Amino acid sequence: MTMQTAAPEDDRPLLVAEGLSKSYGRHVGCRDVTFELYAGEVLAVVGESGSGKSTLLQVLSGQLEPSAGRVVYTMRDGVARDLASLGEAERRFLFRTDWGYVHQDPTLGLRMAVSAGANVGERLMAVGWRHYGRIRSAAVDWLDRVEIDRDRVDDAPKTYSGGMRQRLQIARNLVTRPRLVFMDEPTGGLDVSVQARLLDLLRGLVFELGLAVIIVTHDLAVARLLSHRTIVMKGGAVIESGLTDQVLDDPREAYTQLLVSSVLPA
Amino acid sequence: MAPVLELVQANKSFTMHLQGGVRLPVVAGVAFSVRPGECVVLAGPSGTGKSSILKMIFGSYRCDDGRILLRHADTTTDIASAEPRRILALRRDTIGYVSQFLRAVPRVTALDVVAEPLLAHQVARDDARARAGAMLQRLNIPERLWRIPPATFSGGEQQRVNIARGFLPDMPILLLDEPTASLDAENRAVVVELIAAKKKQGVAIVAIAHDDDVRAAIADRIVDVSKFAVAA
Repeated sequence: MTMQTAAPEDDRPLLVAEGLSKSYGRHVGCRDVTFELYAGEVLAVVGESGSGKSTLLQVLSGQLEPSAGRVVYTMRDGVARDLASLGEAERRFLFRTDWGYVHQDPTLGLRMAVSAGANVGERLMAVGWRHYGRIRSAAVDWLDRVEIDRDRVDDAPKTYSGGMRQRLQIARNLVTRPRLVFMDEPTGGLDVSVQARLLDLLRGLVFELGLAVIIVTHDLAVARLLSHRTIVMKGGAVIESGLTDQVLDDPREAYTQLLVSSVLPA
Repeated sequence: MAPVLELVQANKSFTMHLQGGVRLPVVAGVAFSVRPGECVVLAGPSGTGKSSILKMIFGSYRCDDGRILLRHADTTTDIASAEPRRILALRRDTIGYVSQFLRAVPRVTALDVVAEPLLAHQVARDDARARAGAMLQRLNIPERLWRIPPATFSGGEQQRVNIARGFLPDMPILLLDEPTASLDAENRAVVVELIAAKKKQGVAIVAIAHDDDVRAAIADRIVDVSKFAVAA
């Protein structure tokens, strides 16, 4: 079953990566990566550990400065801006409002000692919400949407299971209605049964909200389930890209064929 | 009427890098066209590349060379060279595909599996579910199964869910990969009726059907795929 596209076609890309490279001294993180991402599109970045996927995600999201190339993002006012030209305040604002970032380890994306409600509410306060009652009801509403019992709203995520933490991290990211969400192995550390629930939840939310997503994963089933397009990375470079079913069902490169054929059918 | 779909000298082969780079030819020189309201059935023994041709038209297999022209709403797209984004838009609005097997998603109910393509057409959820239910009813899927993910369904039930999903939205082109393979006579007859209704609406259909009765009932033309086979 292929992923459906809810968002209408827009002729201008939301994000453009142009010749992005990142090296750490002699070690290459990623090399000459170029692609376009449109509103409502889900792009999977696959490849094994050390292939440069996570480095690429950090460069794309402005957390690492590229050694070469640039990232251009179309802001909500329709103006396309080079990320490097943004001031620190602008960049922070982008991160708080228009973007989300889901870490593999939810403790990096959550504040573990404050309540779940405050974790979700904090993003709203950062964009100017002040009314406590409204913030709380928005938080509770989002707990419902990620299938966390609303009775747990006042509990801190350190009392939550791994799957619940990950769902809370997603709620915290989506509450400000971002247009673009970066995800780094969001199902990575979870049990298989918990993974399925999270994936299904993500699939529904992405479709319903028309989110653009760049998702890094080594799990081809995750790419198949969530993404429209896939790029395959090896040694820091993109070696193959295309529609997800094309890349997975008709892989062209030797390395992609190896990846696809290494998965045991369930 | 002008064809909506036209394949021009389309070629496909696989290069198996893990098997020493052996090249596996699939089809060569594929050429046929389909007009609105017409059902073309691809015939030929197993392994001659019938399903591969459907996948090339849907864009899930790449086309090595040649063209796969789709003419719709005053634009012509060559699927063989189109951008992924264009193919995604065509899959949403223009080309429906009923694969041989349903790829079930955990936790998504049969009703939502069927309703999903309508949601992408901006149909409201309640309306989409009501229409999905009517289609499942028509295909004899009992209502008690609608709220259950189809992963545990029998082969025939899964196939009917897949058919319901493919037939519900109004798509000008439909690709059908053995839609009646695991169905009993009663349900085969329903599918034949559904195909006849689509043809009446002007839908262009490319189908694979091994069952002689089904083929005779739906085919306006038969294209023998073995003539596109490549001598290995």
